[in-house]
Amino acid sequence: MPDAGTPLTILYFAWLRERTGTAEEHVSPPDDVQTVGDLVSWLAGRSPGHANAFANRRTIRCAVNQDFADPSAPVRPGDEVAFFPPVTGG
Amino acid sequence: MARIRVQTGDFDIGAEFAALAAGRTDIGGIGCFVGTVRNNALDQSVAAMTLEHYPAMTERAIARITDEAERRWDLLGCTVIHRVGRLVAGDNIVLVLAAAAHRQPALDATAFLIDWLKTKAPFWKKEEFIDGAAAWVEARDADDAAAARW
Repeated sequence: MPDAGTPLTILYFAWLRERTGTAEEHVSPPDDVQTVGDLVSWLAGRSPGHANAFANRRTIRCAVNQDFADPSAPVRPGDEVAFFPPVTGG
Repeated sequence: MARIRVQTGDFDIGAEFAALAAGRTDIGGIGCFVGTVRNNALDQSVAAMTLEHYPAMTERAIARITDEAERRWDLLGCTVIHRVGRLVAGDNIVLVLAAAAHRQPALDATAFLIDWLKTKAPFWKKEEFIDGAAAWVEARDADDAAAARW
């Protein structure tokens, strides 16, 4: 098991990548960040670009360790958390 | 067992048909859907699109969808090939094949697979219009409704 010092890997796709200006970053949020929803609130404070990317949460989807996840899903040190718009393939 | 590929290059529909049916005589029908880049969207002329995906998740997400199809219908094989990268109007995007003993499960499974692919696999399209502008395609309620009917 990763210890509490292991960072989270955050991935951004589509317009979230464009607005945050990054495809991938490694972060170590404070202990009170327990869920995807907590993480969104914390990430939104990282830069004006992040604030813009997370401005409308209804348009954002998430996966934790490559599985779709709700805002209430827990996040733990070492997790890979991806943020993206609703999918539009096919 | 589903055949799943995510690739930048085109696919050969005839070759994929042949590969799905090779060596078997129990198939009674194969459903086929090919999605292509349409030259218009929302009254604008589309020149090209770029398909982005989440490489670590994509094939697993597609496998979940094909597993669900195999659970619901008695399939004798299925194929999903999805292209990524930049594609121009007229290019192939996605191929879905579903083989069964009879036509109805083959056709139903094909429709199910493409409906769920559009709403449950991590791909995103950015369209380039002929005037040089570009925009991310927004998810459509109609696609959610199509996926929800299954």
